[in-house]
Amino acid sequence: MLKNFLTPDLYPAMPEIFLLVMACVILLVDAFLGKAQRWITGALTLISLVGCALITYQTMDGQVVLTFSNMFVDDLLGDFLKLLLYLAVIVVLIYSRDYLVARQLDKGEFYLLVLFATLGMMVMISASHFLTIYLGLELLSLSLYALVALDRDSPRAVEAAMKYFVLGALASGLLLYGMSMVYGATGTLEIGGVAQALHLGVANKTVLVFGLVFLVAGIAFKLGAVPFHMWVPDVYHGAPTPITLLIASAPKLAAFAMAMRILVFGLFELAQHWQSMLMLLAVLSIAVGNLAAIAQTNLKRMLAYSAISHMGFLLLALMSGVVGPDRHFALIAYTSAMYYVVAYVMMSLGAFGVILLLSRAGYEAEHLDDLKGLNQRSPWFAAVMLALMFSMAGVPFFVGFFAKFSVLLAVIDAGYIGVAVFAVLFSLIGAFYYLRIVKLMYFDAPSDAAPLAASPDMRFLLSLNGVAVAAFGLFPDALMTLCTSALLRSL
Amino acid sequence: MEFKTFVFYVLAAIMLFGALRVISARNPVHAALFLVLTFFSAAGLWLLLQAEFLAIVLIMVYVGAVMVLFLFVVMMLDIDIARLRHRFWSYLPLGAMIGLLMVAEMALVLGGKYFGAAALPGQDMPAGYSNTKELGRLLFTEYVYPFELASVVLLVGIVAAIMLTLRQRKDSKYQKVSEQLAVKRHERVRLVKMAAEKDAPATGESAAEQGGQ
Repeated sequence: MLKNFLTPDLYPAMPEIFLLVMACVILLVDAFLGKAQRWITGALTLISLVGCALITYQTMDGQVVLTFSNMFVDDLLGDFLKLLLYLAVIVVLIYSRDYLVARQLDKGEFYLLVLFATLGMMVMISASHFLTIYLGLELLSLSLYALVALDRDSPRAVEAAMKYFVLGALASGLLLYGMSMVYGATGTLEIGGVAQALHLGVANKTVLVFGLVFLVAGIAFKLGAVPFHMWVPDVYHGAPTPITLLIASAPKLAAFAMAMRILVFGLFELAQHWQSMLMLLAVLSIAVGNLAAIAQTNLKRMLAYSAISHMGFLLLALMSGVVGPDRHFALIAYTSAMYYVVAYVMMSLGAFGVILLLSRAGYEAEHLDDLKGLNQRSPWFAAVMLALMFSMAGVPFFVGFFAKFSVLLAVIDAGYIGVAVFAVLFSLIGAFYYLRIVKLMYFDAPSDAAPLAASPDMRFLLSLNGVAVAAFGLFPDALMTLCTSALLRSL
Repeated sequence: MEFKTFVFYVLAAIMLFGALRVISARNPVHAALFLVLTFFSAAGLWLLLQAEFLAIVLIMVYVGAVMVLFLFVVMMLDIDIARLRHRFWSYLPLGAMIGLLMVAEMALVLGGKYFGAAALPGQDMPAGYSNTKELGRLLFTEYVYPFELASVVLLVGIVAAIMLTLRQRKDSKYQKVSEQLAVKRHERVRLVKMAAEKDAPATGESAAEQGGQ
């Protein structure tokens, strides 16, 4: 087999190759730049991401292409998620610039590690081999651990990084152990090969289910679902806000892709087993996330618990895809899952963006009280935050409502009425803490009267973010159609 | 006895001797050097099994890098040998138990159905066969993508390690030689014009008198 080896087709992997080359170029360029020219690094980073987006858009042809000995897959699902990923990272970079400059954290390494994390996520999104999933995940996680400790003089950030590192290493170990079990049972690490071995029924079921438990645990950790959620509040709270913004947005897309590739593309035959595991995780996440968020006074912690409950909804959607042999339900469920994760990333970017907007040199706007009277200070951004909070709570005609609605429809289609009722009830409980923020913004007197000091590009982008949350809520079909077609061509 | 078997027994004997001396040597530097000897003998055993790549890696990575680092640490740290050797023999039962457990596990694995000597028979390769070459060929063809990814992970490790450790501490005081050389006289010396004699203030005098009494 090795004698007649063909050079792999590099064309589908062009975005990854381009990003890696640009990251190395930036690494070299940044070494020669002084503090005053740091903007060049930032600009180059943005240019690389835009370039990646152009290349991905150019190479998007809706066909499933495997390359690198079936380790890399280029399909419409991957292309679509990658485009969203670049957008999320670009938004993160623009939101965080002022914050980092004000705290002298805008080092070249920040941009580099963000690029490497992006590369890791891209690898995860288009992995069709357990080995590449794992390597992409490690590339992402390693960059994130270092980024959390970006502010080395803050003991809270270093503690969060330590915690994230230790727990993340544990989760990677669990994932690897699960992968080795699957390898032992099927004799291959290729996702397509695993699916085929399962279909033929030659693999040892006991070993497979044993491995599946570890795989699901690893995925749940990366998504931050209960009971693997312990790191989420501490890391969200301890990390500098731009890093929290990064962790809370783009990696969710990659984690969704990882869950899809492993569970749906690879281990679909074991669906009845992972379905019940995901249901348990989802129900626990929705309950614990919403209840614990009520007790928080720190905005970042509150959003962390809200993220946990949102991931519960995502798992609900992933769980309800399998009802007998009908593929129609699967499409509805996975589309709703994808829609949910896209909507969540949009809302999460906006919510942490508002925290960054209110912060300034020497002042962190991370307590609920810091939002008091925002309406009097800036009616427009109070309205943006209102849209974001309503959307997160699932109030009708914002994007979050349709995300929740489509997930609940899929859950009911799958026949889990009880779970759907449970999810709605806890969403109602969750609405309390979102609406409390609205109350603080509109009905309380401001405790801090300083004018908002944000650059025009950030104001513009944040406004756009708020408008998008409202607009996609009014016209949900466009995004839904995109998700459906991406999945339809890839499944 | 075949010559190969003879070499095996010689290497195995040296290895066991080295391993025993690692735990019984009084001087930690000696212990580390005996560990190097153990690794070398193990590498020889790999060579006998036609696994020359593993043998070379064992020497390069463990002897060349890990053990040198280890020796540095041993030499730099002030290890209190007397305290380490205190109640040395009281650990014997625990150590023996762990050793027996490892032997039992090994027997279970090697005697089992999947990994036993019968299930995985050795293959005699042709004379010119190089498993280094075969491994390299596999790494750079079929596994080139994960191989490159692993190198990127290492690069991130370097960048992250430098970012986290190379920083200007707020409490560090260091010289800026160029500024010291470029200094002008008027920046350091200030000439103050004042009278050669001056009357001492009255209040200060009385205070001094009170202090004297």
